[in-house]
Amino acid sequence: MQNDNYITATCRIHNNEMFVDGQSIFKTQAADFAEFSKKAYQHLGISYPKFFKMDNLSKLAFLGAELLLKPEHHQSNTALVFANKSSSLDTDVKYQQSIADKGNYFPSPAVFVYTLPNICVGEISIRHQLKSENSFFIFDAFNANLMCSYANLLIDTQKAHAVLCGWIEYFNEDYRAFLYLVSPNGNTIHNKQSLETAYNQ
Amino acid sequence: MEALKQELKVKIIEVLNLEDVSAADINDNDALFGDGLGLDSIDALELIVMLDKDYGIKLTDPKEGKNIFASINTMADYITANRTK
Amino acid sequence: MSKPVYIAQTNCITPLGFDVDGNIEQILAKVSGIALHQNLTKSGIPFYAAVVDEHRLNQAFQDARMHFTKLEKMLLLALQPVVTESGIVLNEEVALIFSTTKGNVEKLEENYTNIEPALLSGLAQKMADVVGFKTQPIVISNACVSGIMAVSVAKRLIQAEVYKHVFIVAGDAVTEFVVSGFNSFQAMSDAPCKPYSKNRSGVTLGEAAAAVLVTSDPTNAKVKILGDGSINDANHISGPSRTGEGLFRSVASAMKEAKMIPEQIDYISAHGTATPFNDEMESIAFSRSGLSAAPLNSLKGFYGHTLGASGLLETVIGIESVLRNQLFVSLGYDELGVSEPINIIEENRYKPLIRFLKTASGFGGCNTAVIFEKMN
Repeated sequence: MQNDNYITATCRIHNNEMFVDGQSIFKTQAADFAEFSKKAYQHLGISYPKFFKMDNLSKLAFLGAELLLKPEHHQSNTALVFANKSSSLDTDVKYQQSIADKGNYFPSPAVFVYTLPNICVGEISIRHQLKSENSFFIFDAFNANLMCSYANLLIDTQKAHAVLCGWIEYFNEDYRAFLYLVSPNGNTIHNKQSLETAYNQ
Repeated sequence: MEALKQELKVKIIEVLNLEDVSAADINDNDALFGDGLGLDSIDALELIVMLDKDYGIKLTDPKEGKNIFASINTMADYITANRTK
Repeated sequence: MSKPVYIAQTNCITPLGFDVDGNIEQILAKVSGIALHQNLTKSGIPFYAAVVDEHRLNQAFQDARMHFTKLEKMLLLALQPVVTESGIVLNEEVALIFSTTKGNVEKLEENYTNIEPALLSGLAQKMADVVGFKTQPIVISNACVSGIMAVSVAKRLIQAEVYKHVFIVAGDAVTEFVVSGFNSFQAMSDAPCKPYSKNRSGVTLGEAAAAVLVTSDPTNAKVKILGDGSINDANHISGPSRTGEGLFRSVASAMKEAKMIPEQIDYISAHGTATPFNDEMESIAFSRSGLSAAPLNSLKGFYGHTLGASGLLETVIGIESVLRNQLFVSLGYDELGVSEPINIIEENRYKPLIRFLKTASGFGGCNTAVIFEKMN
């Protein structure tokens, strides 16, 4: 019987607001996600120009990771396990529009590269120099069961020392990010119930 | 040529999403890649698309891009010589 | 000590055939699935690709209950026989993993304001319902490693006792969406791709579907899964690490788990997309891993780059390699064009084989390595 793992921190980003461990740490007025994400970026004092080349899904994931990851996570083999419902469809639609008109046909490589949902995981890996296990799953809704099992097994089989899990959903200005850190030590037991509670907070 | 150089600076900032960079920050002779503006391989590909879309130039050998995109000056020279739009 | 996990059934739907034996026959005859196509995209500009013949597909797929896209037909034709032949009752202990990069992305052409038809979970659920799965399907969409990552995820879930059996189906289609994207990256070759070759000039795209059963039941097992790893380069979202870091660490993780040394790897089924950067990176990673001498091939010369299907399709063929003690030629290769030594298979030839390594790499800096061992 494996020991329990624990949720050591959570964050949520939704409706122009960011929460860490259930507390609102930033709220702003913004006309759209582009404006909100820029304000959030500035509020967090980040200096990372590549942020502005990212698509919305990657910006959302990046901000969430920024809230939870600390320098020591680079040392401690922190895996990344992310999921969502809409894959990269927000960017896919933009890319599709750019190839729809044969008379104005200039497909953009900078847009095309983001038509894969796992790119957001890559962006976080690069930012935090995490050379660790990573996967991207697609579910109809947040799947606490699978996420819980998978993060646990990564730690239990020593494929990772800790796991940053994320449900990063973005489509057409409708967004919701829920990220959490799982580790062998902590206070809140990592199980399906605690995940669902934290997700629905 | 000066108008084209200014136009290029503005376009590059927009097309490559260079936040917090203004046209005034880019000198005509500055290295665009490497240490300069820090552009990377995807940016180079985007500039190739821009050459086609805005100036009607199709780069047959993308490796030429390295020389063409070295600086605003080299870009302006190349476009002036080859533009079809 | 983790319980052993195996692959027990395999199948594939490709331009080379609609069953595994048929595919192997074509590979042994050095017949490639790559051809010049004229009318695949709206531009009408011809390009090389490996495409499943639609007419042949429609003859093989006879299910008129509802409308199926070409990709769905390929996926179901791959998956259904695997499920049927396994004899496994589909209950709560049996999962379905679906691997794809773009799924039915072509639905966006019809209407890009409604993404419902393009949702990957919807596509997975449709297939799960048609075949009769009782659990919620799991979708992996992790660029070009999706197909082989699914094998790793399945094995891990079984060892963690989340499921007893996991069926995997992987597939992607050649679409205007992807062709135009690869073109924008200047990554498409003008001629059929030449993995690891001096004059390689990019990918040839392909489409295929593949399916396997991953199980803890050793009955009918073909190979055992010894170890795996999926480590990110943390370098660049589209260019691979110059030191092959993520691939090197993925291989190391798999080897450590399998308790193996490099000399025990009899064959490597590598990624070999024939882009200048990918193939070079792989040579560095394999060399660093002490695998320079292991016979290695890329199957992209036969199938093109089948994206989300590639990792699984190439695993299916790799399993045939070890079962038949047959190394398959790395079709398209001519002269070594990477800086580190690797041992490219230049002709179909007999060799006793027991263990093989499957690797894949993809956009986003992802890499996956899995080690397999033939059952006695």
